[in-house]
Order: sequence, then C-alpha cells, then structure tokens
Amino acid sequence: MQPFTTVTGAAIPLPRSNIDTDVIIRIERLTQGGDLGLYAFEVLRYRPDGSPDPASVFNEPRFAGASILLAGRNFGCGSSREGAVTALMAMGLRCVIAPSFGDIFFANCFRNGMLPVVLPEETVGLLAAQARDGDFTVDLKARTIHAPSGESLAFQVDPLQREGLLEGLDEIGLTLKWADDIAAWQKTDRAAHPWVWQIEGISV
Amino acid sequence: MERAAPAFRGGRLTMPRTLFEKIWDAHVVRDLGDGWSLLHIDRHLLHDLSGPPALAEIDRRGLKVRDPELTFAVADHAVSSAPDRVAETFPLGGRLYGMLKHLAQKDGIRFFDLGHKGQGIVHVMGPELGLVLPGVTLICGDSHTCTNGALGALAFGVGNSESAHALATQTLRQRRPKQMRVRFEGTLGQGVAPKDMILHLIGKIGAAAGAGHAVEYAGAAVRAMSIEGRLTVCNLTVELGAKYGLIAPDEKTFAWLRGRPFAPQGAAFDRAVERWGMLRTDDDARFDREEIVDASAIVPTVTWGTSPEHVMPIDGTIPSPSSQSDPETRKAYAAALDYMGLEGGKPIAGTKIDWVFIGSCANSRLPDLREAAALARGRHVASGVTAWVVPGSEQVKRDAQAEGLDKVFRDAGFEWREPGCSLCVAANGERVPPGARVVSTSNRNFVGRQGPDARTHLASPAMAVAAAVTGQLTDVRRL
Repeated sequence: MQPFTTVTGAAIPLPRSNIDTDVIIRIERLTQGGDLGLYAFEVLRYRPDGSPDPASVFNEPRFAGASILLAGRNFGCGSSREGAVTALMAMGLRCVIAPSFGDIFFANCFRNGMLPVVLPEETVGLLAAQARDGDFTVDLKARTIHAPSGESLAFQVDPLQREGLLEGLDEIGLTLKWADDIAAWQKTDRAAHPWVWQIEGISV
Repeated sequence: MERAAPAFRGGRLTMPRTLFEKIWDAHVVRDLGDGWSLLHIDRHLLHDLSGPPALAEIDRRGLKVRDPELTFAVADHAVSSAPDRVAETFPLGGRLYGMLKHLAQKDGIRFFDLGHKGQGIVHVMGPELGLVLPGVTLICGDSHTCTNGALGALAFGVGNSESAHALATQTLRQRRPKQMRVRFEGTLGQGVAPKDMILHLIGKIGAAAGAGHAVEYAGAAVRAMSIEGRLTVCNLTVELGAKYGLIAPDEKTFAWLRGRPFAPQGAAFDRAVERWGMLRTDDDARFDREEIVDASAIVPTVTWGTSPEHVMPIDGTIPSPSSQSDPETRKAYAAALDYMGLEGGKPIAGTKIDWVFIGSCANSRLPDLREAAALARGRHVASGVTAWVVPGSEQVKRDAQAEGLDKVFRDAGFEWREPGCSLCVAANGERVPPGARVVSTSNRNFVGRQGPDARTHLASPAMAVAAAVTGQLTDVRRL
C-alpha cells in the first residue's frame, strides 16, 4: 500500500451531504474496467452528452489534479465498493475531509493509502471558503492541516490507522504472523460451538 | 459516557453487555489495543462482483485461502434475471460468473450454481440455507451484509481488501463500534410493513445517525415480526449509516432455522438452541444511543428524494426546500426534487409512475411475494407500467411457483423473472430507463442507482403492487 505522510495540493469544495459510493463511481464502471479517474463523480462532472460540465466544480481549472476533497456529511455512504476509494485515488485525490463518513468507505480508505479526516462541519466550511485561495497541506505525522490563510488546524486520527498509513503497512502480512493464535482460537471454538464447523459435504 | 456499573451474576463479577458485545468478545483472537481486535470470521460469503478481485488478490500474492470450508460463493449481482437466462445472457455477468466459479472451485470454496438450490441474492440464500446462525460472525463484500444480523449474527459488509484479509487469515482487524438500540414499541397498523418501519426510522434520525454504531432492534413490534420482516429491517441498517444491525434470536428464530441444510440437525440443534438462548442483551447493558419508535403511529412510507432519509408518509405532502432552516439541507432538498421531477408542497399520492420492481435483498423473500401476490390477484398492472417480480433465490422461486404465485403475477401483468439483484443495483445490464419513475422494494434511491437518471421511490412490496395496479403512488390502505 502507498504510504501517506504529507500531501500538498488544491482542495475541491463539495459541500453536499450524503454523497454515496454509487455517485462516486457507478457499478458498471467498475465491472467494465478502464481509467476510473475519468468516471469518478461522473454524474456531477459531465453533461448528459458526456462533455465536461463547465458549471461543475470538478471542471474548474484550478482544481485539475487536486489532491484533497472537502466534502459534506456522510461522505461515502452506501455500497461497500472499494472502487469508490480507488476511483478517487485515480483522479489524484489522497485525502478527504468531511464532517462524517460512511463506515465501510472510511475503513476502505486506510487500506488504500487514502486519508479520511473528520472535522466539525463548521471547520470544513471555513476550509472550503478558502479553497480558491491556494493550496493546502495535510501532514499526517503532525496531524495538522495548513490552510491557504496560513492557519494551522489539528485533527484527530486513530493511532493504529495512522501508523498503518504512515508506514504503508501490509495488514495481511502482519496478521499472518499470528497464525498460531488463530489456530488456537479455532481449536477452542470447534469444541465450544461444533455446529459452526460441521458444515462440509452438506447437500442442499 | 461512563459504563454501567458491574453487577454480580451467579457469584461472578460481570459487566453487563449488549448482544453485540457478547458476540464480539467471543470472537476476539487477539486484543490489538485502542479498542481494536483481531476478530475471527466464522462465515465469509463471496459474490460475483466482490469475490473475484478478493480471490485474485490472494492468488497474486501467492497466498492460500486459509479456511475454504467457511467460505461460500454465489453469483447474484451481474447475472441476468431474464426468464430464460443462462450465465452468458448478460455477457459481462457471464465473465464475472465464470471467474468466481473458477477461482472458488480452484480454492476449494463451495459455489452455488445458477439454476440450482442455493443460488440467489447472497443475503437471501445465506439465511435460507442456515449458513447464518445466531452468534456467528459473518462478512461479505457487500454493504447489505447487515441483513444477516436479523438472526442474531454479527454480520457486516467489507471492501475487497478486508475480504482478501479474511480469505488469507479467517480474521479481520476491527475497532469496536458504539452501541445503539432502537425499540419499536406498539403494534403495526393494517397495511404497514417492516419496510415502512425502517424507512420511517431512517427519515426520523437520518442517513448518518448510525455511523460508528452497531444497531440492535428490539421492542414489541420487532418480537411480533416474522424472520423475513426482521431481515428487511436489518437490511436497511446500512442506509441508517451503520454497518451492523442485529436482533436477539428468540423461539421464532430457532423455529425458522430448524431443518435448514447448514444448521445443526436433530439433537445437535437442540444443544445449539440452549446456547443461542443466552444471546441477548443484559437488562442493564449500556447503549451510547437509544431511540424509541411508536410502531402504531407509522403509516405506509415512501421516499421522495435521492437519499433513504428523504422519506414521507404516503398521505403527506412533499417537503419544500424553503421550509428547511439549514442551508445545506435546503440545497440538498432542491437538488433531490429537481432530480426526481417533483415539486415541494404537493401530495405524493397520485404521482404517475412508469416502473415497479419487486425484488432485492430488502424484499424478495417468500412472505414478501405472498403479500404482493395477494394484492395483485384479480387486479392488473396499469397500462404503460412495466412491473417486474424478481424472486430472491432459486428456493424462493420454486416455493412461490409451487404455490402458484408466479401465475398470479403473470395473470396480473407482472413479469416473473429469475433470482438475482437485478434492478436494485443495475449491474447486470437491466436498468430503469432515463427519466422513468420506479417504485422499488429495494433499499437505495441514490442518483442513478437503478440506471442513469432513473427516479426511484422506495416502498414496501404491498405499496409497490398498489402503485403497479393504479399507475401512480397510492396508499395501499385505500386499495
């Protein structure tokens, strides 16, 4: 996984609540393959004829290649599709700042080198108001956001998730080291809950 | 908040716990600190969209599926639901079906094939086969995995990376969520369904209210509900923002599970029931949030907008953006009404509709179809309306056909189709046309969910039939 330490770049303001993962990336785009970056937020970026919508914030030249998204409440709600995170990464985003997130999307971020930051709605609004003034820097080590105004804001992040992102940790590799603990747990559980385990060769 | 004080039970000092906490604690392989645990996963279900990438990731890394006997695969999302379908009817779906079948069989994972018992929407076939049992942990690369909590399981949706982690290790790293309880007290009125209850709740507390929580449903109206109704309620938990929903198992649960293929059989079942009977929240357990809903005050409910929180009673008027005080909500309401082609301040009943979809992991089980058929019998789908019934599984399809429900639907002008996700997620080439208005028993009214520019109204199966036969949104109580 790509580690996340510090990211500097433009921040796209998208102050809409309940942006779901279907809006982030349509399911068909995931099954068809291709450059997901082109299809992320397609309903918000393109006109019905497929041309870029000049009124969309995503098509403002200053936000081309932006690395941060300033989103509304409950960002990434809905489907568990991990392609929602990879689509955002494919369009260059590395960090989403929002008042709240969908739980599964939030978890998927940390497995892909994307940093989701929770800040109060008012604070996100203050940052969004500066989105056209210049670049932001998100520093995960220091847990701070530097805004174009020069102001520095602290944010909270779970220590384990922070470490995972900073180091780009491979969780599967880490867990496999505990194979003995897993085997021991399973041995005990087979005796305690045999019905969970006696399921082979059953015809339906 | 402070935790509740410990209490003496049986001479032992125990902390009162919720049902969720009991199942969680019983599955901790290793405490990782800071509220994180390595949890054992007892059941892992794979479907045609999320299964192939997770299995391919394991291959790519040269890893093995640790416990293939605890993993089960089924194609549901991308397969056609056309009446004479085969795997290749929708070519892309056929490719995904082929990949899932090949990878599953290579890794020793049981695959439930098309046209055979066991195939169906993953959250319909899992409970139906007895793969989901009280007290187990269960995951699937699908957000509606919370459905399975209705049987007293700790079930949740994951992304592909977590699915791959579970394939390789049979565990997941999870942080313990906060605890919420929703008590539905009182009795549901005539024509009011479990779907109305959960839509009502989402409208009342919002689509993000459950974020970071596990939600336990309790109360008289939940105890009175069928298992299929409970599956519907738990299904929409993720639309409340929570990835876990669950209901304590009771005699109804045990009776429902008895005899199912993967449930224990005979004396082993009785021994299991003794243990399952202990799976309940302690009286003095603490919840971070509690909601009480008067079930008797709920009326048939529909969505008017593009979030599951945009709900209203069928006999109400569509909300006006101007009546919202929060500017962001005002904007969101205006955008939703624009997308839906509706006007605030007008009654929702009487709105002309074009399509009806009865199906999905929310509402495609036998009692849903019986209820729908009872209303469709002797009536006919209104002219200009396309109405589909997509049974949730091969078993549901066969049982419904044995009762003649397929004939009732066909005689009434509905299409009777093959089991799968179909129009709920529109990943199988089946779509509601742009601009068309659909009354759907599914769980998501998101922009473009059922097809680009399709306008979705979520409702119960009974309300869907009422709309189909009248050609407009209709209060089923007036049918």
